[in-house]
Amino acid sequence: MSDHITEIIIFTFLFLLVSGMGFVASRWRRPKDMAHLDEWGLGGRSFGGWITWFLVGGDLYTAYTFVAVPALIFGAGAAGFFAVPYTVIIYPLFFLILIRLWSVSHRHGFVTPADFVRSRFDSPTLALVIAITGIVATMPYIALQLIGIEAVLKTMGVTGESAFARHLPIIIAFAILAAYTYQSGLRAPALIAFVKDTLIYIVILVAVLWLPYKLGGWGAIFDAADAKFQASPSPNDGILLNANNQVQYFTLALGSALALFLYPHSITGVLASKNRDVIKRNMSALPAYSFLLGLIALLGYMAIAAGVKPLPGASPGSVDNNTVVPLLFDQQFPAWFTGVAFAAIGIGALVPAAIMSIAAANLFTRNIYKEYLRKDATHAQEANVAKITSLVVKVGAVACIVFLDPQFSIDLQLIGGVIILQTAPAVVIGLYTRWLHRGALMAGWAAGMGLGFWMLWQIPNAATGRKHFGGSAFPLSEFGFDTQKTIYVGFVTVLVNLLVAALVTLVLRAAKTPEGTDHTAPDDYLADEGDPRIERHRDETAVETPSST
Amino acid sequence: MAEPDRPRTDKSPWNWLLLIPIVVPLLTFLYNHDEPRIAGFPTFYWLQFAFILLGVGTTTLVYQMTRRSRR
Repeated sequence: MSDHITEIIIFTFLFLLVSGMGFVASRWRRPKDMAHLDEWGLGGRSFGGWITWFLVGGDLYTAYTFVAVPALIFGAGAAGFFAVPYTVIIYPLFFLILIRLWSVSHRHGFVTPADFVRSRFDSPTLALVIAITGIVATMPYIALQLIGIEAVLKTMGVTGESAFARHLPIIIAFAILAAYTYQSGLRAPALIAFVKDTLIYIVILVAVLWLPYKLGGWGAIFDAADAKFQASPSPNDGILLNANNQVQYFTLALGSALALFLYPHSITGVLASKNRDVIKRNMSALPAYSFLLGLIALLGYMAIAAGVKPLPGASPGSVDNNTVVPLLFDQQFPAWFTGVAFAAIGIGALVPAAIMSIAAANLFTRNIYKEYLRKDATHAQEANVAKITSLVVKVGAVACIVFLDPQFSIDLQLIGGVIILQTAPAVVIGLYTRWLHRGALMAGWAAGMGLGFWMLWQIPNAATGRKHFGGSAFPLSEFGFDTQKTIYVGFVTVLVNLLVAALVTLVLRAAKTPEGTDHTAPDDYLADEGDPRIERHRDETAVETPSST
Repeated sequence: MAEPDRPRTDKSPWNWLLLIPIVVPLLTFLYNHDEPRIAGFPTFYWLQFAFILLGVGTTTLVYQMTRRSRR
């Protein structure tokens, strides 16, 4: 531990600095009345261009991404680079689709995507399904942020004999995070994101300029990686894709892009911006992060060229590839700079973890508590319930890491990406048309979920010797095709979901099943800052239509 | 902002351009090559980095062309 003392001091100092900022954030852009979910959970829906850029950037590109993507490149090569096309195609999608969600939410005061679904399809039950799917998909994602911090702590030698001692730093970090999120809501991650991203940009730019110089140039780095993959027995690694994983590559990029914008935390970040222009301009500016992510991914190859050997994993005999980037910094840079880099990763975990817990809390409050437990809840009660829920969510995430094998969280996150995609027909297509029947959307969701679990269950992982949940690349031969090609599970399941939803819609239409009333108007999807807002919308509809599906 | 006699719309032929940065990065046959290299980067890597610029360029163009104040 003593060889890492400079790193630990710098890490701790920067960590405490941003924690202080987290508490001060409650006074930043202080509202008249904080006891309202719009204030705590969406920062007053008032964020301009710069804040949105840092907030959404800090939200989408998480600490886990920064650790896991280069780990994937280190282990498998080109297949891990899907993160770049994935974060290219997401912005035009946001630009076209999510902007409509912002408008309708602005007009109606929606806080969550499930709020929108409830009004659009007149179905609290469908909204409940969407909300629970969102919460379940988000929880392991929060737990994964802890794995990012843990990789850093492990490299600094902060480990203990017992499980409790080993996890103590993480428990403390999350307790602080929970306290300032409780106090400041979405303002805390918005303010901290400035520090986090500035640190990450500096660290990565220095690293990608300095390391190739030290390691003999980019050509040598790619050649070293190529040599490693040529020597490995696995057929699916290499610095290029092979004939069998190209379908997986593009379906994973497309599926992940769709999944990312359905995740409650991305929607929370977008809904917090103040007008349509802020979002549209950000879609041109946010790809700066994709560039950064591409460079970070290549750190995996630099680790190969530098001869980094990953630290042992949780189970005997395994290695923890997540430690390669922290180890690379530890080996190649002076201790103070490594400390800054580690702090960037550590703080990088806090921003998305805070936003995710707020998003999950918003879902619980609006679509479970207010819908089923206390219909007449005031704005102050809503805000209060959300604050407490955000605490519960974080305790759950820490418990996942402390008591369960971290691999379990990784599996759950894999499943999470597939299940969040099952909300696409209701949320995305719902933004354009109400043609799909609310009952059919539920049927499609159920079909997609069932198929998704079955497919993930079928996938073994040769590298870790596991029989189930070994990855998201489904061999097409399982469907009876005579091929070695693989495809992303989420992509198949969302197609099946849509197909079932469309067929059941036709059946329900023919049977004249009631469709409920659409509480949104076409112009709502184009509303902008300054347009009149429909206040107390919930209470009116509750009186008008007590029915549900 | 909206004139009552003419309903506003977000439809615009310019939006079709956004399909380019959605579709092109998915076409693996375009970039799954080693040569030609640029500054040591195999085509697979530099071309996908270039797609980021393609995305930025397209969204910026569509944004400028569809701003409400322009109509």
